[in-house]
Amino acid sequence: MYKTSFVRTDMIAPMAPPPSTVGVKGWLHTNLFSTPGNTLLTIVGVMFLLWIVPPLYNFLIGNAVFVADDGAACRIEGAGACWAFIWDRMNFFIYGFYPQDEQWRVNICFALGLALIVPLLWPAAPYKIANAVLFFLVYPVIVLILLRGGSFGLSYVPTESWGGLTVTLIIGLAGIVCSLPLGILLALGRRSELPVIKMLCIAFIELWRAVPLITVLFMASVMLPLFAPQGVTVDKLLRAVIGVTLFEAAYLAEAVRGGLQALPRGQYEAADSLGLNYPKSMGLVILPQALKLTIPGIVNSFISLFKDTSLVSIVGIFDLLNTVQSSQSDLRWGSPHQAVTGYLFAAAVFWVFCFGMSRYSMFMERRLDTGHTR
Amino acid sequence: MSDKPRKPAPKTSFFNDPVIRGRLYQLGVLLLVAFVFATIAHNTAENLQRQNKTTGFDFFWSTSGFDIFFTLIPYSRASYYWEAFLVGLLNTMLVSVLGIFFATIIGFIVGIARLSSNFVISRLATFYVETIRNIPLLLFLFFWYFAVLKSMPSVRESYVLFGSVAINNRGINIPRPLFDSDFNLVWIALLVAIGIVVALRRWTKKRMEATGERFPLFSTALAILVFVPGVVWMLSGAELTFDVPELAGFNFRGGINLPPEFVAIVVGISLYTASFIAETVRAGILAVNKGQTEAAQSLGMKESDRLRLVIIPQAMRVIIPPMTNQYLNLIKNSSLAAAIGYPELVSVFMGTTLNQTGRAIEVVFVTMLVYLTLSLSTSLLMNWYNRRVTLVER
Repeated sequence: MYKTSFVRTDMIAPMAPPPSTVGVKGWLHTNLFSTPGNTLLTIVGVMFLLWIVPPLYNFLIGNAVFVADDGAACRIEGAGACWAFIWDRMNFFIYGFYPQDEQWRVNICFALGLALIVPLLWPAAPYKIANAVLFFLVYPVIVLILLRGGSFGLSYVPTESWGGLTVTLIIGLAGIVCSLPLGILLALGRRSELPVIKMLCIAFIELWRAVPLITVLFMASVMLPLFAPQGVTVDKLLRAVIGVTLFEAAYLAEAVRGGLQALPRGQYEAADSLGLNYPKSMGLVILPQALKLTIPGIVNSFISLFKDTSLVSIVGIFDLLNTVQSSQSDLRWGSPHQAVTGYLFAAAVFWVFCFGMSRYSMFMERRLDTGHTR
Repeated sequence: MSDKPRKPAPKTSFFNDPVIRGRLYQLGVLLLVAFVFATIAHNTAENLQRQNKTTGFDFFWSTSGFDIFFTLIPYSRASYYWEAFLVGLLNTMLVSVLGIFFATIIGFIVGIARLSSNFVISRLATFYVETIRNIPLLLFLFFWYFAVLKSMPSVRESYVLFGSVAINNRGINIPRPLFDSDFNLVWIALLVAIGIVVALRRWTKKRMEATGERFPLFSTALAILVFVPGVVWMLSGAELTFDVPELAGFNFRGGINLPPEFVAIVVGISLYTASFIAETVRAGILAVNKGQTEAAQSLGMKESDRLRLVIIPQAMRVIIPPMTNQYLNLIKNSSLAAAIGYPELVSVFMGTTLNQTGRAIEVVFVTMLVYLTLSLSTSLLMNWYNRRVTLVER
């Protein structure tokens, strides 16, 4: 017996990776200094950061005025953002001209909305359908009764005194609640085999999509009073909501149509072969799948709807942007950075809502992904 | 076996026949729509009569009586309403064209930067995109107009760059180039040079398809474009002078003044739309299969050729349709300039003209028609380009 063997019986320990690819040095090498061009880009980028970050920090935090009684502290040479101004006007930014004594009504609406929307968005929470009905159908009615007053012993507050973040959220929510069903109907109509319905839906969708929202809002504010029968006046806020809803429904319809088209034909044929009629085949087979596919598109539409609510300030409604804009003329807080501070605040509020929505949609997309997309 | 006479089709109730049912539904919808429109028309006619308002487009030929501070065509307060309309339309188109130009360039750069392997650059691009995309455009425009351009120093304390560009709270003053009559020769030479380059491009393409030989097209074209007009300029003795803005009294005289409203809308809308274009560019490049990159590498292509000949042409197919949407959005969003007082179509026509004449229906109708036309022609143009870049599949 020979003990000689030409095949290794024990594994040799792997060599350590080259030092330039591991650890901090490796990371630096691959991400920052892999080629001369890359090194140049890194240097330019870092120089840009060094140029912009320290002044930005000084402006936002370092030299910023957080507590002050009026604008005097913000008028000092070298003072940064005037956050005290925002803090002082916060009530106006949130409630607008809503009477001070009645603001608990708005607060109840906020609390109720929060209490309903958190379980709705949290996937593990039970009673989804009841929750959705409460939020999308019952909650708007409660908000209307509470904020408007005039019944149940509440004093009447005209919509002209509503304002600030409240109005922004109301228009956004009303737009979302009304435009989604309308958008789905329009999308189904556009895919319909009945030529008259198809043509009407195409005309509606393409007309709204071709014109800017600002003309729609102008139209809603100057033409709706003309269209209404004599003696009927349409509330200014309601006009804006109608304009936003019709406009956004057209965009939603296109998003939903994308989902309807992405479904394999077999799904339609399967629904037909089960003998389901049109409402049932759409409601039970097609729409649940199509809507799932269109979640990113629908949320994108919601985000742009929420951003577009800022346009109602042009037709004279005091939404968040308009309250910030009109506070610029507050002479008591007049300072060189008054405008910048106000816009930064408004931008931060809008950013939080929009960024939150987009992250939530990405989360839902991953959760609902069953691997059936084509 | 004998042929039995076939049974007639089972009779269904006439209401269950899908064809008849469909027709009934359509008739119902049609009647409903007609009823709604008739009601609206009736109410409108009644309301107009009650308010003693006249209708019609005759107001186009009456004197407008208001001034516009930024016009591309001669206009004064003695001009007609149709001239005001034209001023607004041209201003809208000017902003749209400039916006599309800058937004495309910035968008491409940022979109590619977001995919860069360089950590600092890609994070900066991500930060830019995620910040801008999530705030309203109107707010962004307000920021640029009120917080940046309107708080520039006064005229006397203007920032002066390179001794010729002055920036103050009344806008940006740039030098105006003055060409003498001999300069026409240089323009002609430039046209000829462009013609040569186009012909050269055709020839190189043909030769490459026939023989596979490459030709350094870019550097040659650049040389021709600089050299031919340059030589003509030297020989003809044409002169180019600049009318530099100079502080005279309370304002700058000479040069071209770009008002802050104009600068704010162009800068704002370009940077805003660029963040959306960057996302479509990134999505388009990511949509190209990784195998394509590897195939190009295995053919021994160098980095620049790989991007130019393999990746970008395929990414363009994915990029063009959403890019068209962004262009359309930009054109529609240019109407927000009305909010910062830039005299574009909505501000001049739907604002001032509507208020002065009271012809709400006519004005709104014409404005919507204009945007409809602009949108449709842009999408036609982009569809034509899309057909050109679409890969012809088997």
